[in-house]
Amino acid sequence: MAEVKILTEHYHDDNYRTVDGYLAKNGYEMLKKALKMQPTEIITLVKDAGLRGRGGAGFPTGMKWSFLPNNGEERYLLCNADEGEPCTFKDRMMMERAPHQLIEGMIISAFAVQSKKSYIYIRGEYFYAADVLRKAIKEAYDKGFLGKNILGSGFSHDLDVYCGAGAYICGEETGMISSLEGLKGQPKLKPPFPAVKGYLAKPTVVNNVETLASVIYILRDGVQEYRKNGTEKSPGTKLFSVSGDVMKPGNYEVPLGYPLKDLIEKECGGLKPGRKLKAVIPGGTSAPVLTAEEAYKATMDYECLANMKSMLGSGAITIIDDTRCMVDLLGVITHFYHHESCGQCTPCREGTGWLNKIVRSIHAGNATVNDIDTLCKVADNMKGRTICALSDAAALPVLSFVPKFRSEFEYYIREGKSQVRGISYAQMHH
Amino acid sequence: MFKLSSDGEAFVQSELKRYETKESAIIPSLYRVQKENGGWVSPDCIQYLSTLMDIPASRINEVFQFYTMFNKEPVGKFHVQVCCNVACCMAGSREMIDKLCEDYGVEEGEVTSDKRFTFTRVECLGACDKAPMMQVNETYHEGLTMDSAKKILRELK
Ligand SMILES: Cc1cc2nc3c(=O)[nH]c(=O)nc-3n(C[C@H](O)[C@H](O)[C@H](O)COP(=O)(O)O)c2cc1C
Ligand code: SF4
Ligand code: FES
Repeated sequence: MAEVKILTEHYHDDNYRTVDGYLAKNGYEMLKKALKMQPTEIITLVKDAGLRGRGGAGFPTGMKWSFLPNNGEERYLLCNADEGEPCTFKDRMMMERAPHQLIEGMIISAFAVQSKKSYIYIRGEYFYAADVLRKAIKEAYDKGFLGKNILGSGFSHDLDVYCGAGAYICGEETGMISSLEGLKGQPKLKPPFPAVKGYLAKPTVVNNVETLASVIYILRDGVQEYRKNGTEKSPGTKLFSVSGDVMKPGNYEVPLGYPLKDLIEKECGGLKPGRKLKAVIPGGTSAPVLTAEEAYKATMDYECLANMKSMLGSGAITIIDDTRCMVDLLGVITHFYHHESCGQCTPCREGTGWLNKIVRSIHAGNATVNDIDTLCKVADNMKGRTICALSDAAALPVLSFVPKFRSEFEYYIREGKSQVRGISYAQMHH
Repeated sequence: MFKLSSDGEAFVQSELKRYETKESAIIPSLYRVQKENGGWVSPDCIQYLSTLMDIPASRINEVFQFYTMFNKEPVGKFHVQVCCNVACCMAGSREMIDKLCEDYGVEEGEVTSDKRFTFTRVECLGACDKAPMMQVNETYHEGLTMDSAKKILRELK
């Protein structure tokens, strides 16, 4: 098997980011096609194609769209371009290389759900991508792909970019909605789900950048052709952001169900000379870590990783070789979630603090073997009890790193230094 | 007393009308104020925005406090933000920021005496395939080595 470039076919072409370059590659043809269809026909296509959300949870997109109530209320479409899950960098590439692809996917999706207004909520640090998008949106208006009565279809749609200002939690869909409403970016209790009561309490569809762009190719290729890539339950191709200890880190588009081993060894050029695989985080830091043995058996689809008690998540794959210390890496991760908890829920606010504190005390050589169990107990109590999934996301790395690499934690506690690197991390974090 | 340029005021006025609710203009306006105030937002700036936008200062402050990209203290002309999340740590970013701080004689978060630099650690910035990386004001610098990072900083104008 090899890369299959559907979304990324023209990404090497610098001109593709301009409207003319995009049009030269049949850009906006699927918008023309969509506008001649019935909106519900498009929703059915997306459902039948089995497209699953690319932002993390893998929820079926067509199904989400059909949850919108038919009560005549104004509807909103929000593109989630917050991309905060550590080690994920695919949406950034998509927006920088192919802004019109996202715009076309959004207009088609907006037409399907009959929304007159959409936003791309982009993380604040992506200044450059936001600039590229703003230019492209202007071009799209100039060509009549956005605005009133698009291409004479009678359908009107406005699209705007909104920049966040540095908060991982704004990637959570209801946190994003709060932020867009001009509030602190704190998640809201679900239900009601955004499809029923979202932005300004109106029915709202939230989808990831890659999800919305994928809609174009379902229309272009049809359900059968689209399903030729991927598995029964995970159809299509997906972008994977590979980072860490491989020769060629980067974004790779492969069919879902692709063997992780091939991705590491073929696409990414394997590990560095003389190194051995130790672990892989397969779906962003929230995804439970896999041992090397598990990783070599894994295929990159929603069901295989769920069976391995991990998840596909955002498609961020971090490769960890045998020179790395798991006690150190877990500290980086617990620090992150502690920093990013919005503080609304006690188990998350207190729990992320405790996780970080206990890992720090291990780093500092002040912990006992009992603290390993305390760490797991705290993590266990953080699951399933909060407004949003950040709390679980913080607990899961602990509950996989510790049992799978327990001897490294025990060694560190006993000897006061890393088994792998022979040093202490007491000073490395603040 | 802080005041935006007339372009800045016009920007805030247009943002107030741009979104469905005027509160959505708070973030874009804070960005503008931060830029015109030399890289940070003082209590003075919040008071000023409150009057300009006709939104209670407490309401603006709440948004201001929530987001990490709004600086609560003065920063140098160049705000050097070094990613210290997983992929960058694996590529030596912690050692890099420690060395940079040492070379410039500051702690993290402090401003150098010539007012040129502030160094801070930040979380993943989505450039992990080119770790380690740093963001200087609005610009990404990727695939750094200790030497290339120093050279970039030396040559900033
Ligand atoms: C803490 C947290 C952070 C999230 N961050 C992102 C993100 O950066 N980008 C994203 O698309 N989805 C993110 N999600 C998932 C969103 O809540 C939502 O499920 C997604 O945007 C839906 O789009 P999709 O169905 O197309 O994947 C996050 C979820 C949680 C709990
Ligand atoms: S789980 Fe954590 S991040 Fe999510 S709403 Fe509760 S406190 Fe905030
Ligand atoms: S880990 Fe540093 S940019 Fe992602």
